[in-house]
Amino acid sequence: MWKKWQGFWLVLPSIVLVLVFVYGLIAQTFATSMAPLTRRTFAGNEQVVSPGGFDNYAQLLADERYQRALWNLLVLTIVFVGGTMLFGMLWALLLEKGVTAEGFFRSVYLFPMAVSFIASGTVWKWLLSPGIGDHEAIGLNRLFIMFGLPELQSRWWSDPGPFNMAAMAMPAVWQLAGYVMALFLAGFRGISEDQREAARVDGASEWRIYRHVLFPQLSPIALSALIIIGHMSMKTFDLIYAIAGQNNYVADVPATLMWVQLFSQRNAPVAAANATILLLIVALVVIPYLIYTNRTEKGGR
Amino acid sequence: MTTTTMAPIPVAPPTVRKRRSTPAETGWRTLRMVLLVTFAALILMPIYVVLVTSFKSPADFRVTEAWNIPDRLSFTGWRAAWDALAPALARSMVMATAAAVISSILGSMNGFVFAKWRFPGSSVIFTMFLFGMFIPYQAVMIPLQQIMIAMNSSALFMSGIPTLIVVHVIYGIPICTLIFRNYYATAVPTDIIEAARVDGAGMLRTYWSIVLPISAPAFVVTLIWQFTSAWNDFLFALFLTDRNTGPVTFALQELASAQNPDYSRMMAGVLVASLPTLLVYIFLGRYFVRGLMSGSVK
Repeated sequence: MWKKWQGFWLVLPSIVLVLVFVYGLIAQTFATSMAPLTRRTFAGNEQVVSPGGFDNYAQLLADERYQRALWNLLVLTIVFVGGTMLFGMLWALLLEKGVTAEGFFRSVYLFPMAVSFIASGTVWKWLLSPGIGDHEAIGLNRLFIMFGLPELQSRWWSDPGPFNMAAMAMPAVWQLAGYVMALFLAGFRGISEDQREAARVDGASEWRIYRHVLFPQLSPIALSALIIIGHMSMKTFDLIYAIAGQNNYVADVPATLMWVQLFSQRNAPVAAANATILLLIVALVVIPYLIYTNRTEKGGR
Repeated sequence: MTTTTMAPIPVAPPTVRKRRSTPAETGWRTLRMVLLVTFAALILMPIYVVLVTSFKSPADFRVTEAWNIPDRLSFTGWRAAWDALAPALARSMVMATAAAVISSILGSMNGFVFAKWRFPGSSVIFTMFLFGMFIPYQAVMIPLQQIMIAMNSSALFMSGIPTLIVVHVIYGIPICTLIFRNYYATAVPTDIIEAARVDGAGMLRTYWSIVLPISAPAFVVTLIWQFTSAWNDFLFALFLTDRNTGPVTFALQELASAQNPDYSRMMAGVLVASLPTLLVYIFLGRYFVRGLMSGSVK
């Protein structure tokens, strides 16, 4: 009996830490999200601003700024995920058969991953400066003027229109497309050359080999990449903070708005409700994925 | 799909058979090279901006010449950035190193148990660990900050960097455990473990004498991975530290968001704050990629 549980004791410290600091604190956050909001009045009395419970959630969902943040998150995620998948796959296809200086290209495409979002965000803030016209434009807008394409100038993420967050996805794609490339490249290299050879002998064209032999085998990797990038997109915080500043209506996503709610609006219950909903959205994507990989792994053994 | 996640991207491309190539093939190869070079140039564009701007003296910065190389080299920006970031740089170095070492040790023990010394329910516990890797940290930040504030009033020595070390170790448990578990599952034959068991070696003895001595490759991966993520973290730093106790990402953000931006100082600061992780990437890039891979496919 003791033997059977030996391993448990070695992992126990980590189990306790994860239970307390992951699951315990999540429960605590949920409790905060149900708490009433009180403020001390000038006379020194406690005044209940909102009664708590699911009212906090109702208040949050009714907030126009939160609705805009959700929309922004959707735009950001679609462009972020789409962009990284597109460029990641394209670069992997360009590299997968082996080219001169392959190692160099791989390293260049992947290097942005080693840099913090704060550092890259600082540079992209400059590149995506909203200033327009010869006296103000720096960054990409200046580049457009230099190349004689001034009509391409844009206010980027600070545009008040509904699709401004597509610009915010540019630095994110820059940072993570190389990662998706690395995943796909590993996938291509994991498929034995014999399979292509066999298909070629059978008279299949290169296109048909990709379509019917290679791509189907990459779909688990594509799913992984989709989940990883998708959940990263939902957690995007540093990049927006670095580029748009800490309190910027047009560039809000739930993760950044939570900071504003907590510190500028001093409304911890609503901030906690926001965090809880964010967690639910991420969990909705990640938990089925974890179960799926767990199952396929067991089946493969 | 049972993926051996520790396998690096095979470095050698498939061998190209020598035969005369058709014009179409030559054309395709040229096009491919042009595309590759173009994309590489686009990716490196921010580096160009950083270098060009950081060597301009603030007085020489003109919007119309924003993309030009500097007329004369100036190190004013570099000196100013170094002065502004040096203390935080030292704090980050201590923080990221300590976090990487402690998380790796914990990860190694956990990974050994989950791969080779299981207990009833261990796979459920492991999945619970994994979920911790994906959570948005906003979901724990409010109570975490309350704990931090309470602790600062009773245990001041914990404020700042020690707090961040603890936090990075705790939230690094899932990824480190995963990396070590996957490594041990493929690199350590179960027969050896069984043989040691038959010879009367207990769990700790088996771990210490058989498993640990061959763990170096996984340690390199987790050390690099944890160092990089702790170094690059900003969210925990923002919620749990301040400008006097925070890491370099915090200091860089302060420097970059100042009124009247001094672009040369800002861009020099970007490079100063990124240099350690860039060096790690340049010299140990292979292992960095392995860390990336193991975070994705289970």
